[in-house]
Amino acid sequence: MTRCVYLTLGAVALLTTLAPAVAAQDPGVRIGLTYTAGTRPGVYLLPVTGPYQDSLQAILARDLDFGDRVSVIASDSGAPVNGPLNYQLYARLGAAAVLRVEQAMGGGVSVELHGVGAARVLQKKDVRITAEPLSPEWRLAVHRVSDEVEEWVTGVRGVAATRILFNRNGALFTVDSDGANVRQVPNVASGFSPAWHPNGQMIAYSGYAEDGSHVYVRDLTSGSTRRVSFDIGVNLTPAFSPDGKSVVFAYGSDASDLWNVPLQGGEGPVRITVGRGSVNVQPTFSPDGRRIAFASGRLGRPEIYITDADGANPQWLTTTGFGDQSYRSDPSWAPDGRSVAFQTQIEGRFQVATINLRDRSVKQHTIEGINEQPSWAPDGRHLVFTSTRGGSRQMWVLDTESGRMRQLTTGAPSRMGAWSPRLNGTP
Amino acid sequence: MHSRLPMLATLAAAVVVVSACSPKTPPAPPVPVVNQDSLDAANAARAAAEAAEAAERARREAEARAAAEREAAARAAAAMTAARAAFSAAIFFDLDKSDLTETARATLDAKLPLLRANANVRIRIAGHTDERGSDAYNIALGQRRAAAAKRYLVDNGIAADRIDVVSFGEDRPAAMGSDETAWSQNRRDEFEIIVGGETLRLP
Repeated sequence: MTRCVYLTLGAVALLTTLAPAVAAQDPGVRIGLTYTAGTRPGVYLLPVTGPYQDSLQAILARDLDFGDRVSVIASDSGAPVNGPLNYQLYARLGAAAVLRVEQAMGGGVSVELHGVGAARVLQKKDVRITAEPLSPEWRLAVHRVSDEVEEWVTGVRGVAATRILFNRNGALFTVDSDGANVRQVPNVASGFSPAWHPNGQMIAYSGYAEDGSHVYVRDLTSGSTRRVSFDIGVNLTPAFSPDGKSVVFAYGSDASDLWNVPLQGGEGPVRITVGRGSVNVQPTFSPDGRRIAFASGRLGRPEIYITDADGANPQWLTTTGFGDQSYRSDPSWAPDGRSVAFQTQIEGRFQVATINLRDRSVKQHTIEGINEQPSWAPDGRHLVFTSTRGGSRQMWVLDTESGRMRQLTTGAPSRMGAWSPRLNGTP
Repeated sequence: MHSRLPMLATLAAAVVVVSACSPKTPPAPPVPVVNQDSLDAANAARAAAEAAEAAERARREAEARAAAEREAAARAAAAMTAARAAFSAAIFFDLDKSDLTETARATLDAKLPLLRANANVRIRIAGHTDERGSDAYNIALGQRRAAAAKRYLVDNGIAADRIDVVSFGEDRPAAMGSDETAWSQNRRDEFEIIVGGETLRLP
């Protein structure tokens, strides 16, 4: 089911007020539309025709809607529109752009983006999709079309063609960004705290073993898995460096510190933090790879710290007075580098918050239920997190700009979401 | 039949001896005649009785011994059960803490005799947390709890290489529920014998 806004004629009057504002944008931007945060230009999605029209239409509409940057407008009749477009009609419907998607012979789609103000085709692309229709690979290819359309309209590429890794019943699963296609990562007896390699083809995770826990790196394409932890004890919370060359994780037989292990040869494990008997876990890299945020109990209670990637200059980050002064953990460094999301206890319950790295101002994003384990989408705008608000622990997605939330998973309790980078191939 | 013939012969011999004596002379004291057969019979009867009595005594003694052995075995089994129970008793922690409480130390002290009496035994200490807190942080916290118990046992003379430590964080609760009763039971170390548990010597 699409969750986009189906307009009836009654709503047209409301939207016509938006259209002139959008149409009269600065002509200097690439497609004649200016995107500013807080506004959502209307995109009219013409009915898709062909054998998989319902799925295609639904996926595109949902992706654009979930992107939270455009307002999807779709006809409620579903009648195909042939021939030249009546741009004035779409302007009255509140559309700044009209998207025409047609299925191509032999697999794939032809995509046309019309500017309503410019009254012409602004972007056109033929996308060849060889994957079996409705298969996971096909869905991912359609998500990539959505992401490109979002980029045409707003200048920012969407994040529909991504997946979220999570833990369910002790095993690892992936789910597409739109909640479809839940699949178990095969042959992982125990897996938690998953993390994506920047190439989207490899993952790292912790798993329980007879002698404690270990960190593993797995190639999603081949399924080959190897242990990268170098000693028994706790081996936890791996994160790949942004250059993809090493894994940093927490290791300890008693207390734990962060260690760096190169993926390909090189020097052996290098210790990063000096926690002096405290718990130091959950590394998350700055996008430039030069710094690491992590959770540490060095003050007796968990707080978020930032250190240079080599362990120099550790600093307590979450010093400002907010919430209960008792527990901050699970940091995730935003892909734009400007903030760190984390969980903080407020009146005894965890809530998701972000801290601005420039002025250290903190913004609380959740109120309802217990909300934990935030992980940034590659757009630096959406977060996936674990919430009890629906009754059981499930993954939810938050748009940090609008505050809009949607439930990503249903069924058995799920936790520890890790949002993938944009996926180009299908692992 | 056989036993009656010698008896008649003896009687006849006695009559001859009496009739041969003169009335004037005092009768010679009768020569005691040893009746060997009778003696043998009596002896045999007495021996049989004694043997029976001895057998009975032996039987009673064996029974008593067996009972005592059973009792001792039961006592030993009870002692072993108690020693095993003392060994496997969990220790508990305060919220977000990994240091040993006084109660935890006493519980650990009670494990020492069994560990000292069985030098071949290897054990595993598993640290656990309650459901609150960060999932991953809790696994690290559970490790600290298990390591704290190991350190105490090592400080009290148990070889470090006999003790494995693991942590399961909040993933294996002992008590279900989301209240302090459940939480306090879940913030714990569990103790398990992983090698040498089949044949334990009592302290």
